[in-house]
Amino acid sequence: MKIYATYNIKGGVGKTTTSVNLAYLAAAEGLRTVLWDLDPQGAASFMFRVKPRVKGGGKAIIRGQRSLDDAIKGTDYDLLDLIPADFTYRNMDLLLDKGPEAKQNRKLSRLLAPLSQEYDAVFLDCPPSISLVSENVLHAADVIVVPLIPTTLSVRTLDQLTEFLATFQGRKPEVLAFFSMVDRRKKLHREIVEELSVKREGIAATPIPSAALIENMSVQRAPVTAFAPSSAIARAYKSLWAEVRAL
Amino acid sequence: MTPGLADFVIAGDETTWDSALGSALEALGEAFGVVPDPGGSSGGAWRRTWFDTFDWRLYRAGLSLEYVATRRGGELILTGAAGRPAAAGPVAGWRATRSYHASDLPDGPVAERIGGLIAPRALLPTVTVSTAGSVARLLNADGKTVARLLVERPAIGDQPLPPRLAVTEVRGYPGQARRAARLIALAPGIEPLGSDGSYLLDDALRAIGRRPGDYSNKVDAKITAGMPARKAVATILLALLDALEVNVDGVLRDTDTEFLHDLRVAVRRTRAAIKLIGDALGLPDADYDRFAAEFKWLGDQTTPVRDLDVHLLDFDVMASRLRAAKKDDLVPFCTFLQGRRAREFRALARCLRSPRFSELTAQWRATLTAILDRADKRPARRGGAKSAQEPLTAGRLAVARTGQAFRKVSRKGGAITADSPPQSLHDLRKRCKELRYVLEFFSPLHDKGAYSAVVGDLKKLQDCLGDFQDNEVQIDEIRALAGAMLAAGPVFGGDTVPVGTLLAMGELTAGLAISQQAARAAFETRFAGFAGPEGQRHMAVLLAGEKP
Repeated sequence: MKIYATYNIKGGVGKTTTSVNLAYLAAAEGLRTVLWDLDPQGAASFMFRVKPRVKGGGKAIIRGQRSLDDAIKGTDYDLLDLIPADFTYRNMDLLLDKGPEAKQNRKLSRLLAPLSQEYDAVFLDCPPSISLVSENVLHAADVIVVPLIPTTLSVRTLDQLTEFLATFQGRKPEVLAFFSMVDRRKKLHREIVEELSVKREGIAATPIPSAALIENMSVQRAPVTAFAPSSAIARAYKSLWAEVRAL
Repeated sequence: MTPGLADFVIAGDETTWDSALGSALEALGEAFGVVPDPGGSSGGAWRRTWFDTFDWRLYRAGLSLEYVATRRGGELILTGAAGRPAAAGPVAGWRATRSYHASDLPDGPVAERIGGLIAPRALLPTVTVSTAGSVARLLNADGKTVARLLVERPAIGDQPLPPRLAVTEVRGYPGQARRAARLIALAPGIEPLGSDGSYLLDDALRAIGRRPGDYSNKVDAKITAGMPARKAVATILLALLDALEVNVDGVLRDTDTEFLHDLRVAVRRTRAAIKLIGDALGLPDADYDRFAAEFKWLGDQTTPVRDLDVHLLDFDVMASRLRAAKKDDLVPFCTFLQGRRAREFRALARCLRSPRFSELTAQWRATLTAILDRADKRPARRGGAKSAQEPLTAGRLAVARTGQAFRKVSRKGGAITADSPPQSLHDLRKRCKELRYVLEFFSPLHDKGAYSAVVGDLKKLQDCLGDFQDNEVQIDEIRALAGAMLAAGPVFGGDTVPVGTLLAMGELTAGLAISQQAARAAFETRFAGFAGPEGQRHMAVLLAGEKP
């Protein structure tokens, strides 16, 4: 089982659309896949038409009182399941902040371990923050996919993340950033994408363009790779998934 | 049927299937959005072929084996009781039209589960069903898929079979699937498939006029105790003739060794029946002699191939017992056996295709059929009837001949001592076989418990006598084969038979001699178990249960 996380400290950079589309592509490729919507806003759950509510409460799951298995819902797509968001996740930091300090940032890893028999790929859709939740996600993940808006400031967040990961003891996740919501009409976007794609290591060759179809996902309540598989944006996600999967 | 939460079959005939399906969809439409899902993974068209041995070993064990051709090759799916999946695995290069042996099964759970069960029989295709499947998604108010409906339309060639419906659950929404199943169950013309998921196989076999378990190598004659003995004996012999003839094709195709085995058993039983109860048929003596001689001829024609089959079937076990010699030393012996079998098989095939064989079976069938036609019209002339007015019944004949055969075994066995020559045990084995056959011929008339007790005792004695004689026969045959191999000259890679091979064959005979001695040592205990007070009581109970 390989764990992928979409992460960025900033919100509104395309984390959820990325995790939803990459998870769909993984399942369509034959991988038994589950996406965990860790964001209390529940955008990924909404995309899959699943109510953002965990049976018995998200608190019991995080505390290990209920099995994660009980919370899993099938989506409309073969091989793709979802662990929906829950409003109690807004307090997830407090839930994780229990027990010995050394173990607090490994709780998600332990919760995910039993899924390895059943799934080939897990996607974690993280809320935007620097918190114990994100620290748990970074420790649990094998691959961290980082959407970047092509601005100078947002690129700095990648540097901060890389520095933070460097402090990890032992196993460190692979990091792959990519430019998200790229608007080719904007000169700054074009320059940053062209320059950093060459200069900076760890940035995917595939940029994801800004597209009306992505906004349409919340209307269709489906991955764009499912409802418009031949579109340019769907092709871009397929290309990005190929890069992510190769890690 | 693709296993679902609930499976249904559409009742009625072809003309009502579509309206019943429409009713089910209408019922679902009141509670769910029903959306066709042409890309659903359970839809599409596929062919599945069921395999079983000629004697239905899988069916009798509560199993069914499907071969489904896929784009990547194929899949074997083993299903257990109540349609539960038992094992599955990919398979390459299989075809739905040919037979396969246990050794053809790919390594994996299917082979582990049934390899030992089917060997040495071959798996034969029993029926092929083509299925067109379609999927509909059942949506809740949010447009979320909460269950799926699978509709399968199976057919054998152009002949459609009743369609099947299955509701499958979407994880996390079990209540919705149960609700859908309840709605379908209420629709007119829809019936639950029940717990036995193999109904499709049953329907398919029925459609081609076959019945699961329609062959076994047991005597299967429909007789009753009050039936005139002549009619009962003719019925038994006709059943044996059916068993003989139904195996001929499998022998000629050389599908597996057991076709010949079962054919030989049918011949032996026929000969025993002619000898032991044939007088009840009331045939002229010349006819008895002629048919007895012809069936002996037929039996003799089948012996060489069967003897070689026995060597080849036991080969791996015998080779594994070698201590001094190596298994590879026996390779020339195996090659020689195979070559000789090929030659003997050609002779056997000529026999089974000969006019003499077809005349024998045709005349025998005509004779028995004529007796059956006349059976109720006049009493038996021979066989110990009380009077001409009171014809001998099957029940009385069974009591008389079973008791007679039992007494003969008791007398001959009781006379055997530690100093008796091997031939006395061989003779006793023949008498035991006769008793066994008489028991089997009349098995429908016996109480099941009493029958099992007597046959159980007898079988142990027969196994012991069989081990004693078969080991001796095999020793003699191996010696004779060694001689034949030496006489064959330089055929083994340009050389004569290797010394290592002859030594290994010698070791085989030594092992057989040890087994024979063990069988001889066990004889007294086995015989006492059969003919002692307990065995006598079992037989008395059996015979007392007969009602003429």
